Amino acid sequence: MTAARVHADRVGWRVGAVPILAEVALTAAPGTTVGLLGPNGSGKSSLLRLLAGLTRPDSGEVLLDDVVLGTLRPRALARRIAMVAQQAATDVDMSALEVVLLGRIPFRPRLAGVSAPDVELARNALAEAGLAGFERRRWSSLSGGERQRVDLARALVQEPDLLLLDEPTNHLDIKHQLELLHFLASSPTTVVVTLHDLDLAAQYCDRLVLLHSGRVVAAGSPAEVLTPDRIAQVYEVRADVDTTPDGRLRISYGRPGDEATAGRWEKAVS
Amino acid sequence: MKAAALLLVLVLSIAVAVTVGVADLSVTDVLRSVGAHLGMPVRPLPPLPDSIVWELRLPRVLLAGLVGAGLAVCGAVLQALTRNPLADPFLLGISSGASTGAVAVLVLGIQIGTGPVDLTTGAFAGSVAAFAAVLLLAGQRATEPTRIVLAGVAVSQLFSAVTSLIVISDAHSQDTRSITFWLLGSLTAASWTTVTLCALVTGAGLLVCWAAATALDAFAFGTDAARSLGFSPGRTRLLLFGVTALVAATLVAASGAIGFVGLTVPHAVRFVVGARHRALLPACAVVGAIFLIWADTAARTAFAPQELPVGVLTALLGVPVFALVMRRRAGTP
Repeated sequence: MTAARVHADRVGWRVGAVPILAEVALTAAPGTTVGLLGPNGSGKSSLLRLLAGLTRPDSGEVLLDDVVLGTLRPRALARRIAMVAQQAATDVDMSALEVVLLGRIPFRPRLAGVSAPDVELARNALAEAGLAGFERRRWSSLSGGERQRVDLARALVQEPDLLLLDEPTNHLDIKHQLELLHFLASSPTTVVVTLHDLDLAAQYCDRLVLLHSGRVVAAGSPAEVLTPDRIAQVYEVRADVDTTPDGRLRISYGRPGDEATAGRWEKAVS
Repeated sequence: MKAAALLLVLVLSIAVAVTVGVADLSVTDVLRSVGAHLGMPVRPLPPLPDSIVWELRLPRVLLAGLVGAGLAVCGAVLQALTRNPLADPFLLGISSGASTGAVAVLVLGIQIGTGPVDLTTGAFAGSVAAFAAVLLLAGQRATEPTRIVLAGVAVSQLFSAVTSLIVISDAHSQDTRSITFWLLGSLTAASWTTVTLCALVTGAGLLVCWAAATALDAFAFGTDAARSLGFSPGRTRLLLFGVTALVAATLVAASGAIGFVGLTVPHAVRFVVGARHRALLPACAVVGAIFLIWADTAARTAFAPQELPVGVLTALLGVPVFALVMRRRAGTP
């Protein structure tokens, strides 16, 4: 695994006449972990799809190590970028090992079968995802969190220079969330990950990009991006941001009904 | 090892199925007849049994094998492409188009140039027309599975309606009888010409599908997943829709719409060899061939001298198998 630099140069994307993303700029330096934040519908997943080369931007360009994504052939892209999408498919008739082995497809000749080293790699990736012994389990029999980890193993055997993950923590229990984010943060690969949990994002990401209605509201270090005013403006909740003695951000939210916070919250909403 | 065993079963099935029937023949007779026709130094059979083997039964058994193999593989490919376990080779309007074409030829006696168009040509033209209509209706985004499935359903209904219209408006009783037989699927029309044609088209089609086996694996998680594993989903889908439509159209023209082979065999085989198409597709071909060879043998002998349309038998056998597979699939740990 090496690490790529990915740069979105003022990209815009729309569905029909509806703009989903406008003038979005994002840079992930090689080896860093960048968190994409924003409320539902802010364009996080769409941006991730542009970065993955799954859709072409209507304006602007995405550059992978200074090469425009659109000029790369699908197979060349697949050898460099791996994506862990939000899982929709449940009725896939495959074993966990077969799913992980999908990640080796870009690396073997089109007519060749699965090789023994590929199987070895896939087994190791499953073990790394904490799923040793799950090789023969059917996909349909796995829980949401297990599926998410199998899919992560599939992305890892793709040995990507850029790893993109769309809400990879949403089915995981807290232990596996922490393990996953620790793994991503310490991985030598460049990682762009969408997250809902601001605390976890602040704790594990080198940089954060905050999206709102398809535009970048803030980008920078967690402390620069996650200010109470900005959280109020974008998420419409009142939040306190403290720094713990060991230098971490800790975010606590006010409940919408709270007397003491009501004024500030309403102000933020309006 | 398993592959060799399956192939052996196929070869034995062909040899034994040819011996089954009113005329009493042995496997040795079959081998002698085939050997003599292929120019091998064996003592030829007397003319009458020889023509029963070489002109009647062998083409029919081979055609059954080809149709079974082709339908099963087309079914497996379409199930993967559309991610729909109910997909079968007739998904894209192929069978109803073929019936319309055949019925039009039979009943209306359509002529091109000097002579009447034969049933096979009419059926093939009907299938191709139906597939074209499906692509047209699905429009620019024809490669999206949901759109093409919906278009297939609509076009199938349309062509079935047209078929009924033609039959009701202007059919003689003997025509209706042969139409019914053909609609249910039958291998009675087998000849060396149809065998050769089906072998060429099916063989080429299966090779293309097999070459795309990894792409089919990549489709398991949908279009985005296929793209991010290095494929061009649109192009791959269009190519494989086209190839399976052509194979299915050729087979339906030769034998009518034999149901349940293309639906059931892939599910049953997937259960044993797994979902990877590199192994799945060849296994489907061999199992489909064996299945239809025996189904047709049963169809022509069970109520002899009365012959059953083989489609009736494949449905009778296919439905319980399908139910069993579905049950086991739901219950897998």
